[in-house]
Amino acid sequence: MLEAAGIATVSLGSVLGQAQRSGAPRMLYCEFPLGRPLGKPNDPLYQTAVLDAAFAMLAVAESDTPHLATFPDVITAEFDEPAACPVPPRFDPTLPPAVDEARGLRPAYNRSVERYGTTALGKSITADQVPAALEAIVRIGDGVAFNEANLPGDGNLISIAADIRAYYEESALALADTAVGARSAEAWFYEVTEAGEALHRAYATMRANGAPQPLWYYLMPNIRHRRIAKPAL
Amino acid sequence: MSETSERPTGDAFVRAAVNDFPVYEFESRSFAVPKPLSESRVAIVTTAGLRTSTDLFWASGDQSFTVIPDDSREVHLAHMSPNFDRTGFVQDRNVVFPVDRLHEMAALGVIGSVAPRHISFMGAQPDHTLATMRLDTGPAAAQMLRDDGVDVVLLTPV
Repeated sequence: MLEAAGIATVSLGSVLGQAQRSGAPRMLYCEFPLGRPLGKPNDPLYQTAVLDAAFAMLAVAESDTPHLATFPDVITAEFDEPAACPVPPRFDPTLPPAVDEARGLRPAYNRSVERYGTTALGKSITADQVPAALEAIVRIGDGVAFNEANLPGDGNLISIAADIRAYYEESALALADTAVGARSAEAWFYEVTEAGEALHRAYATMRANGAPQPLWYYLMPNIRHRRIAKPAL
Repeated sequence: MSETSERPTGDAFVRAAVNDFPVYEFESRSFAVPKPLSESRVAIVTTAGLRTSTDLFWASGDQSFTVIPDDSREVHLAHMSPNFDRTGFVQDRNVVFPVDRLHEMAALGVIGSVAPRHISFMGAQPDHTLATMRLDTGPAAAQMLRDDGVDVVLLTPV
């Protein structure tokens, strides 16, 4: 429809089968981590090389046949291991571990927001509401129905789970000594932290108790539906 | 409790799961004849689900779009899917929304100029016919880009 309006398009594709069937006039398939279509954050030279390859497709002889090219460099999922981040020590033993942990991470989360000027937290709750959200997630894991668990904000469980994950992953960015690769903050969150454990428990309890499928299905990325053993630290 | 497994390769798992998802096939296709890149005004259209406010709720099935002023410093990731990495965007928006790279290319004369406005939809739409985008929001976005004198659009996913 852009082409019909006289605007030439150049697409970056991240899933080969869909790129092949899309029929886009000029498509550059890039096998990079999903969520990073230009390949590498904070690497302007690499990003520019991707753009150069994409724009070069505009110079392909004019035709009415879709052109699909593949960027020659592949970035594999080499970073799926959990990020090397400390979790805060227990501070208030009267609180559920996940709630205590979330409170302890707040300075790290704040540093990330200050450093990067953006956050993916903000679908349903604020950072101030993350501990209360985790209290509710723990209750759901204990068998309380999701709509009786006192979820904060608008009570949208899926969005709240996404906000909790953003809070933790961005805390990991501030805590890690080295660059955080794709999915390594995710792995740290789901495999190492108490909050990740609480979400696994809520997922399993809801699924076992017959809660509506979308609620537990979208609670975590689908690769996390099969539990991954906690790594030895 | 959930089952345990060996560590999956996350992106390979997701790619395999969505590789054969249906793609809407247009009855006819248009192919614009591009101007020389060095004379072209370039805009970004992304399916990353970007917002210019801090309200990051983007409902599944919502086929509307966000207009992103080129000089906006408020660009946040609101996509609803849990199945991709967000930390890359948080560290450097250019890995999804390469607006700073485009300005460098314009300064070097590689592209003609950068458009005054960019656009974000959200991908992972459950309606694979994309009826609203095809008939309503897509044409509106195309008209906006035409009004801005855009010659080339770079489409980026997440």
